[in-house]
Amino acid sequence: MDPAFFFIQLLNGLQYGLLLFLVACGLTLIFGILGIINLAHGSFYMIGAYIAWSLASMTGNLALAILLGIPLTVLLGMLLERLLYRHLYARDHLYQVLMTYGLILVFEELRSMVWGDDVHGVAVPAMLSGSIPLTENLSYPVYRLAISGVCLLLAGGLYWLIQKTRLGMMIRAGSTNREMVQALGININLLYTLIFSLGVALAAFAGMIAAPVSSVYPNMGAQVVIICFVVVVIGGIGSVWGALIAAILIGLTDTFGKVLVPEYAGISTYLLMALVLLWRPEGLFKRI
Amino acid sequence: MNPKRAWSLPVVLLACLSMLAMFPLVGETFYIQLLTKVMIMAIFAMSLDLLVGYTGLVSLGHAAFYGLAGYVLARVAPQYDSANLWTTLPLALGACAAFALLTGLLVLRTSGVYFIMVTLAFAQMLFFVFHDTPIGGGSDGIYIYARPLAKIGDTTLLNLQDRRIFYWFVLCLMAVVYLFLKRVLNSNFGRALIGIKINEHRLRALGFPTFRYKLASYTLSGALAGLAGYLAAAQFGFVNPEILGWHSSGSVLMMVILGGMGTLHGSILGAFAFILLQEALSNQAWFGDAAAHWQLAMGLFIIIVALLLPRGLMGVSSLFSARAKQESGIE
Repeated sequence: MDPAFFFIQLLNGLQYGLLLFLVACGLTLIFGILGIINLAHGSFYMIGAYIAWSLASMTGNLALAILLGIPLTVLLGMLLERLLYRHLYARDHLYQVLMTYGLILVFEELRSMVWGDDVHGVAVPAMLSGSIPLTENLSYPVYRLAISGVCLLLAGGLYWLIQKTRLGMMIRAGSTNREMVQALGININLLYTLIFSLGVALAAFAGMIAAPVSSVYPNMGAQVVIICFVVVVIGGIGSVWGALIAAILIGLTDTFGKVLVPEYAGISTYLLMALVLLWRPEGLFKRI
Repeated sequence: MNPKRAWSLPVVLLACLSMLAMFPLVGETFYIQLLTKVMIMAIFAMSLDLLVGYTGLVSLGHAAFYGLAGYVLARVAPQYDSANLWTTLPLALGACAAFALLTGLLVLRTSGVYFIMVTLAFAQMLFFVFHDTPIGGGSDGIYIYARPLAKIGDTTLLNLQDRRIFYWFVLCLMAVVYLFLKRVLNSNFGRALIGIKINEHRLRALGFPTFRYKLASYTLSGALAGLAGYLAAAQFGFVNPEILGWHSSGSVLMMVILGGMGTLHGSILGAFAFILLQEALSNQAWFGDAAAHWQLAMGLFIIIVALLLPRGLMGVSSLFSARAKQESGIE
């Protein structure tokens, strides 16, 4: 494999992994703190992509579409947490699986009714539409670099939020002992709503920035959420940093798998999970 | 259970069984085929109930075994001729049991929410095996042009090509699976499984090798799901990767909960309720244009069941009686 080609695949793998991280960190936070297994998390990714597509075709500007779309998804997260998820905190995982599975069906059908079943492309913003030449005939699109950059910024922001702020302290405390947090007079209901909406917004944002690269199509959430489960299992449930490392690992495995052994690429990520399970059944990391 | 109900259950089940047995004599072809599908799903649901309802392992990847058995039949069947039931059925069940044993060694290292995610992931892995590699025939799948035959010498014992005989064959297998699982669950092995569901630490402290018990339950459950998958592939005449996708696993889990998990006849009831509801909601004669969006109604129904009916349809009556008791207690 020649170095420039290898370098391009490396960047692709990182970009895919970082995108997965945005979805997976919400999944792992929602599980680690709220105790909910959320199968419908991929639907938020899909909803984000469709919102970006419809707002971008209305305004003609993807950045504006994302700015307008984020508050919508936060609102959606708050509503869902208040109306549905809240009732499942104390219940067995089985019922969480069922309810969120039902939600997937509802979201997919609503998507089909509102936006139809066609595949749509979203234009890359003009500012980022160029590409950087690497050799005479190989170049790398700026937009993909921008995705990786934004994801890294968000990962850094999350680190700051969780480790350095008062809210982050509550989140860390809530992940270890929720009764104690409540007893100390912290409004745990509000905290849960915030965390849930944060997870929804991150997944939807991932869908929005991925839309120009992957295009927008029905059932796009299902594939992402299953891979994100693998990420969460490898990283350790509830661990944001585990999710980051596992997501990059999965991104690279998948990308290089597709290049080296195309027919077995789909299986390679699951084999990686099997290996990690053999070695560490509880995932790589324990702490948030 | 009070003595009055102890005899009433077998009577009800026998009555339902005889009504089902007589149905092909009067029913239309469409309904015979629909009920055959329902009974196959009932076998599938019972196999999952062994895991979810009795061993306490919530699997979201059970369709892997269901699909694997179908693919085994599709691969070993001669292209335009019937396969031999005596060889292909044990082969399919054996493949499922082996796959369950192998993946069980890995997935049973985890528990709780990890178990849910890991079973889902392994089913997805198998999905990609059949979707991407040459053995599966891609996303279109493989056609099975003729149903398997059971022959002794040159005489055909069971002509499954006949839809009524296939119906009765499936009905018999459903009854056999039900009685077999009842027997298993009443044995010491079954009691140990129920014990694991309630308190695994205590069982281990009592000296039970709980891992081996769970692995046996997982393997048996996988093989029985394979039986359902084999029958489904024979009925529909094709297999594609979708049959082992997560919607398939989600549906069968829904059937188990809907009927009330931990009661085998509940799984049968759940399969009937789920598939008949699906048929009704997608019936254009009843719902017109809304029938195209039946998934919306189904999704809302599932959400309501998950939020309000923790014990499924079997729990509806006790929901009312419990409320009545509560109300009389308040007075």
